[in-house]
Order: sequence, then C-alpha cells, then structure tokens
Amino acid sequence: MAVVHSAPKFTSNDGVKDALSAALGSMLVSATEEHGEVHLRVVRSELNAALRLLRDAHEYQQLMEIAGVDYPSRAERFEVCYCLLSLTKNHRIVVKTSTDEATPVPTVTDIWPVAGWLEREVFDMFGVLFAGNPDLRRILTDYGFEGHPFRKDFPLSGHVELRYSEEDKRVVYQPVTLAQDFRSFDFMSPWEGADYVLPGDEKAAETPAPPPVDKPQTTDSPKETGAGAKTDAKAADKAPEGDAGKDADAPAPTESRDDQPKREGKTADTEGATEIDKSDPDADGKEGKDA
Amino acid sequence: MQLEESPTTGDEVITNYTINFGPQHPAAHGVLRMVMELDGELIERIDPHVGLLHRGTEKLIEYKTYLQALPYFDRLDYCSPLCMEHSYVLAVEKLLNVEVPIRAQYLRVLFAELTRICNHMLNIGSHVMDVGAMTPNLWVFELREDCLNFFERASGARMHSAWFRPGGVHQDVPLKLLTDIGDWIDKRLPELFGDAMSLVMDNRIFKQRNVDIAIVSKEDAVKWGFSGPLIRGSGIEWDLRKSQPYDVYDRMDFEIPVGTNGDCYDRFMVRVEEVYQSAKIIKQCIAEMPGGPICSDDRKVSPPKRGEMKQSMEALIHHFKLYTEGFHVPAGEVYVATESPKGEFGVYLVSDGSNKPYRCKIRPTAFSHLQAMDMMSKGHMLPDATAILGAIDVVFGECDR
Repeated sequence: MAVVHSAPKFTSNDGVKDALSAALGSMLVSATEEHGEVHLRVVRSELNAALRLLRDAHEYQQLMEIAGVDYPSRAERFEVCYCLLSLTKNHRIVVKTSTDEATPVPTVTDIWPVAGWLEREVFDMFGVLFAGNPDLRRILTDYGFEGHPFRKDFPLSGHVELRYSEEDKRVVYQPVTLAQDFRSFDFMSPWEGADYVLPGDEKAAETPAPPPVDKPQTTDSPKETGAGAKTDAKAADKAPEGDAGKDADAPAPTESRDDQPKREGKTADTEGATEIDKSDPDADGKEGKDA
Repeated sequence: MQLEESPTTGDEVITNYTINFGPQHPAAHGVLRMVMELDGELIERIDPHVGLLHRGTEKLIEYKTYLQALPYFDRLDYCSPLCMEHSYVLAVEKLLNVEVPIRAQYLRVLFAELTRICNHMLNIGSHVMDVGAMTPNLWVFELREDCLNFFERASGARMHSAWFRPGGVHQDVPLKLLTDIGDWIDKRLPELFGDAMSLVMDNRIFKQRNVDIAIVSKEDAVKWGFSGPLIRGSGIEWDLRKSQPYDVYDRMDFEIPVGTNGDCYDRFMVRVEEVYQSAKIIKQCIAEMPGGPICSDDRKVSPPKRGEMKQSMEALIHHFKLYTEGFHVPAGEVYVATESPKGEFGVYLVSDGSNKPYRCKIRPTAFSHLQAMDMMSKGHMLPDATAILGAIDVVFGECDR
C-alpha cells in the first residue's frame, strides 16, 4: 500500500527485519513489519541479552519508552514493548515480550538507567514484575494505592474516592459512588459481530447447547416423527379449501363511524385539519368513500 | 542515628538531613515533591515523587472514540497543547494511512512552531525567575499572551484548542490572522524578546547561577533517554523535525542549535535560539502556504463542511456517523514521536480495529528528564536544584498524565 500519510519518516525498513532476525537468532520469537514499523518479539528470559545486542551491535542507542499492554484473553496477558531509537541510523524499532501476573521480566536498568522509572511505571499500572530492578516502587498512583489501574479488568472509576471529612478533620477514602452510571455506548452493529445479548432477547443466550448424541436424529419420513399412526394420518389430510378461514369474524372496518355520536365541543385549531369543509364542493367526503 | 562514617566536631555528630522540596513549591513548576538528602547545603541524593497530577489519561482514552480522545492531549502539556495533539493525529493518520492536504500540513507546522515559541516563552521566563530575575518574565509573558490570542483566533480557545484533527485541521484561518502573525514575527517578537534576552544572556548573576551547573555528557544524555533541548544542550545535533520530518518540515530551512558544555546555561541558550529558528519556520510557512482544503476529503475520517451538511443527505449521514460512532481504525500498533518543545513526545497507539483505541501509551518528555534529576544534581547546592529543574522544562500535566 502506498504511503500517503505525513507521519515522521525515518530510514527505510528495507532488510532491517531480516538482518535483525538473523542477528537475534534463537532469542527471536517472531518478527513483523506493519504500518511501516518493525516489531520484534523476543523470548522473555533472553530479553536483556537481546536488547544489549541491539544496543551494542546494531546501534539502537536510546530506549525511549516501555509500554505495557494488557490482553486479558491471552495466557500471558501482558505485553511489554520497548521502543528503541537509533540516533546514528535514524531508525526506530519496537521489541516486545510477554508475561503474566506472576512471572517477572528481566530488568534492563543495567543497559539503560532510564529504564528505572519506565519499569516502575509498567509495574505500577499493570503489576508486571521486573527482576533485578533495584527500586521497583509505585510511581504514578497515590501512596498506599491498591490494584493496578491500567489492567483491562480494573474499573474506569476506580474503587475508592477521596473527600475531606468535616467530622474527622482530615481527608478520608470511601468507596466510589456515582451519581449517574457511566454511559458506555455500543457502536458495534449486530452485522459486525457484536458479542452481546440484544435487549429482550436474553433467552437466546440462556438456551443451553443441545447434548451431544451419537447419531443425530433426523425426520425424513412421517414415521420417524414419533407421533403415531393417527397423527400421521391427520397430517396427511389436505388443508380445507374455500371458506376455510371465514369462521372467525374479521373486526369491522373503522373508517366509517356513522352510528357514533358526533364529538361534542370544539378543539382549537384542529378543526380545519380534521373536519370536512362543507363549503368546498370537491371535499364533501363522497369521493373519499368511493375510492 | 549515628552512622559509623558520620563526621564529628568534637562531641557533636553531623548527619545528613532530609528535606521535602514541594509538593507545592513555586519553583517546582507544578506539583512535584522531591525528597532531598542534604549534606549541609550540598545535595547528596534526590528522590523525585511524581504522579500527584496523575489523572489516568491513558485509561480514559481507552473509553473514548478516536476523536473524543483528542482533547485529552491538550491537557497533557498545557503549555504546548498543539504539539501534543500533533503526535496523536499523526499516529492515527499513520494507522489509517490517510492523506492530509498540503495547506493543512503547513497550518499544522505553523501552529506547532507558534506553540514552541509560546512554550519557550513560559520556560525561559520562569527559568530566569527561578534564579532571581523578575523583569524578563513579565516581558516574555506579553509575547506568550500574543501567541494565545493567535490560538484563540484560529480555534476559539486560548489553550485547549483541539484544532489539529485526524485528516487535517478543524477550521481554516482567516487571511488577516496570517498577516498579523507575520507582522508579529517581523516586529514585536524580535524587539521584545531581544530586549528581554539582552538582560539575561550576558548577565553576571544569571551566568553564575547556570554556567557549569548540571553538566551532562553526550553519553549520559543518550543513556538517560534525553531528547529535545536537553540532548541538544549536551552537544548532540538531534532534532526529529530534521531527522524524521513529518508534515512539511522537510521543506523548511532551519538550523539546529547545539550546546557545547551541556550545562543549564547551554540548555537555556538552545531554547533562546530555537525561538528565532521557529520564527524563521513560521515566516516560510506564511510565505509558501498554498490555498486549498484544510482537511482530508475522505468522508470516513473527516466530517463534511457545515453548509454541505445542510444540503446533502450523504453529508448529513457522514456527519452523524462521525460524531456518534466515530471512525474505525485498522488494527495495528504504531509508535509516532514528534519534536515537542520539551523533547520527544511519542504516542504508542494500539488499535484493535474498533472505533476506540485499545491502548494509547503516551511517552512524556519530562518523565525521563526528571528521572535524571538525581544524577544531575548530585554534589550541587540546594539553590541549584531550581535552576536544574527550570532548565529541564517540566510540566506535570504531561509528566504524570
């Protein structure tokens, strides 16, 4: 696809993916090139060695950012992305690894001191542990905060809120109370694979899956319906013809209300629109009845 | 507590003592708490505590459509709001691969540079005030006020403009605004700014407070993830506008100022020179700017004109869909960084193909710089901490997000 956007242009990616893949060898899990950016996924335990190799042998001198991403559906739910910049080659790559809540990622503070706070932030926000980081404290959240707010299962409103208590003469924490529910609009149309239950269609979701059977039941002939000979015979009868549906009286048409008494009194302004103008010969109502 | 190595004067034991700098300190440029361990008046250790302004911007963005997420960026670095938007709109455009009309690119560059001047006015002014000079701050704030008036005339808002949009800019600017900016660049800016800087640049007291304070070597600047005026102050000629040009920066003719010594004075002087270079870019923008549309004609990304919307059913549908559902961005991950006035401001955007970002990691500039505060201040005097902090140019809306 031709590049038409005007985002920052750095040195071309030609051959970078292959060269770095070859250099990383067994440390590499996969390498992709999408949207004009090279992403390398490396084995978690080899992360430190891989980044050191990229810095020393491939001129990626600066670590600009460590970004955590949470994918709760994956076995290793957290992805830790290291954005590297080469000042000499004028190129950027992203190195990724994944982990779960319990497994620590090796630190890179020994390669770049800037990683100290960046790792602290990922730890604070996602609860990813970094083995070897000498100062793995919380950084952005409040003193004594519990939980990891950027996890997808952490509510947007948080769990506690803060207010000044006049009785205690100090600031107190209390559970969050929302005056109005958070409005989360749904923009996925049912045709694009919405994964929710339509309002009023809750039963569809509750219906349990049919139990597995060895031989699936089929009804190819009337005998296989299991209804018995009498029912089969009745089912073979043809539907009555002619006035079959005339037994029930259809409700009387409501257009003509000659029997009903005329409405008394006047309704302001609506008369002209609803009553027939007697002075107009074309609108005496007869035409409408005939048609 | 008596430590074994604690020095003594007779029977008096001298120990280091710890003080709190901030969280509400006028020289902290916001809410920063620094726990300082002092040996007399010398700084032994600094532990900056950030996050007092953490608002969970990145989490909030995950619950908003791409267009609704844009105004959050104004509120990150509220001293250079348009440059914050710039990274974000470029990241979205990179995922969408949408073409931006050339006039919109010029307008963005023009206003990004005006934002740079606006930001540097605040930083230069407060930096000189932190080390004791009052007058230049009042003068350069006049210029900052002018910039804010220009933003207001372009977007309707002085600070939180939300004017850069994926696909272009929100509205075109009147011709009179461009001529006024041109006059301002020609006359008022060099006059007032030159006057103000003539008071400080060769001032003995200002130099005593800044020269040779917090010298950062090239190696340290690279290791600690420095960018922007700080890496240039350390003598590395690195500017994303030059090396990784975006929008029409590749058509602009400007110089990259670098420092020689890597101290606070060099960082200050880099900013002073950047103001003149930004003025040069703005002039080129005004001279070269072509006419034409100011946002993409891809109706799945940018909304139709108001007048068109009143006439055409198709336009009305597009308007309605864009302002309710928003646009869907193809799945993928990009890291887009631009040269904000404070350094490299990056957005790591993860899209899952829906109309809301799956994850939007913001790479703040001040976060890395502030981390090096301990390294930079070690062995300096307590009053130097304010000069070092001033030369970092930290704004907590961005640092804490």
